Amino acid sequence: MTENLTVETQDLTKSYDGVTVVDRLNLNIMENEVFGLLGPNGAGKTTTILMLMGLTEPASGIARICGFNPTREPLEVKRIVGYLPEEVGFYDGLTAGENLRFIAELNNISRADSSRRIDEVLEMVGLTGEKDMVVSKFSRGMRQRLGIADVLIKSPRVIFLDEPTSGLDPKGINQLLDLIASLPGMGTTVLLSSHQLYQVQRVCHSVGILSKGKMVIEGAIDKLGRDALAGGHYMIEVETAGPDAELVDILKKIKGTIEVEARGNVLRVSTDADLRAEIAKAVVQSGAPLVQMKVQEFSLDDIYMKYFKES
Amino acid sequence: MAAIIRKELADYFNSIRFLVLFILVVATSGYGLFAAYSGIRQALLESGAVTGHGFVFLPLFTSGEGNFTLVFFIVLLVPIIGIALGFDAINSERSGGTLSRLLSQPVYRDSVINGKFLAGIVTLTLMVVTTLLLVSGYGLRMIGVPPTAEEIIRLFIYIVLIVIYGAFWMGLAMLFSVVTRKVATSLLITIAIWLIFFLWTLMGPALTGTIAQSAEGQLNLMRISPLYLFSEATTVLLVPAYRLGLMTMTAGELSYAVPNPLSLGQSLLTIWPHLVSLVCLSVICFAISYVLFMRQEIRAT
Repeated sequence: MTENLTVETQDLTKSYDGVTVVDRLNLNIMENEVFGLLGPNGAGKTTTILMLMGLTEPASGIARICGFNPTREPLEVKRIVGYLPEEVGFYDGLTAGENLRFIAELNNISRADSSRRIDEVLEMVGLTGEKDMVVSKFSRGMRQRLGIADVLIKSPRVIFLDEPTSGLDPKGINQLLDLIASLPGMGTTVLLSSHQLYQVQRVCHSVGILSKGKMVIEGAIDKLGRDALAGGHYMIEVETAGPDAELVDILKKIKGTIEVEARGNVLRVSTDADLRAEIAKAVVQSGAPLVQMKVQEFSLDDIYMKYFKES
Repeated sequence: MAAIIRKELADYFNSIRFLVLFILVVATSGYGLFAAYSGIRQALLESGAVTGHGFVFLPLFTSGEGNFTLVFFIVLLVPIIGIALGFDAINSERSGGTLSRLLSQPVYRDSVINGKFLAGIVTLTLMVVTTLLLVSGYGLRMIGVPPTAEEIIRLFIYIVLIVIYGAFWMGLAMLFSVVTRKVATSLLITIAIWLIFFLWTLMGPALTGTIAQSAEGQLNLMRISPLYLFSEATTVLLVPAYRLGLMTMTAGELSYAVPNPLSLGQSLLTIWPHLVSLVCLSVICFAISYVLFMRQEIRAT
């Protein structure tokens, strides 16, 4: 077991009524990273999170969160893990502050500390003004933000967020994503389950794609893109004012270049590594005016669609 | 667990439900007092208390026009309070989405259900004590005779009995709140069970008469209903001159009975089986809901 793995599972399996929902899942999440768990509805994302929380018992396999086994030591796990369910609910009759105080009490946070923590987390999610407002008057987005505050109040080392952006407006989504992106800096590891690919791509360091309970692919997003769509190569697009066959030959001679393909004014160069500097130099030396050059970025959409087309 | 009990109590006391129940409690006390007002003179004359034998204060609770006495109201009312306190204990948390949030905190799962049950018992006890104190206070003004030590002890045991009886109904309601997903379903089921037992108490004597071979058998059939069990225990406790044997003994045997009040010890001995049965019923209900809740899947939706 590696030291800095925060979440680790080995052959985690769960079945309901003979249907295997999570099938021999191996998941590794490093400390202080934002990990995106992707997959279509019913792929087993929520079940996986419930098993990691110790709210559901796995049929076989084990999970470890910071070294604790959620099935055997649920309280230790729950002490360091914050979980935001997809449909988060609050006690409607209580105010936002009272709801948070109750959770703080359950976490044995002293009264003086909890008052301070409540103000802190409300500030972080931008609900300071609504502290004494009854939760039943909250909008969907405010509830979601209060849910994040509720998760943060125990200063967790790991956070599981199940579809945290569902039901939020674009501005709310942006604020939430910024907040999530800032969490690793405070020493918190985040597991984010979602099917909003763009959002995952924005904040996650690495992703895992689940399909029918199995991990189809796992790794850092840019590496995944290269593996999946370009056979592991970089794709550099070079736009010049007027390319000719001579330039193509020059580019082909650069060490590491695999193929050069001309499409109008654009040359698509696939390489082993990021050779932009060398290519730029070669183009300029050849005398052709360089208009622009960029490394093709792979969107998660492309990766996702590729895997689901195959399976 | 203390945090859960505190929160549940705060919930109960702030809810409209509590206000309604409190009005019900006050109304019951009022009706009970009124019943006693119209019936106590006759009751005291019959029991011989006016000549210095028997109890004067206890008939405040047991006298009235026929069946309509305070103790009868309590037989009916306490199940309602118990059901009202327990019917949505778990499934409202589930449908409100708070259950998964609650259980992802570092608390044992049984603390949740234990905390709810204990908070319910505290609320129930408060209501019962309020009712009895209200009646005692106004009754004291009305009849002007203070209770004797034995009467106070009997009333105290009566309170314990009521709380156990209420705990059974609350346990039953909680059981269905664990089993069913919808709040309305659990409420309907427990109300239906209460109604069936209530009708059994009303029509039982006629129905069981045709089934049972003996008076003893008839009585045992009647005792299936917790309402009957409880009201029988109440009568023995609060009307010391009453004998359970009155139902089953022949006229010849009855002529040997000395018509004086039973001592406290003897009364307790008589209702011991009732008490044990009611405790068992409560424990069984709570235990089943406990086990089911502990093994239940917690899904977010």
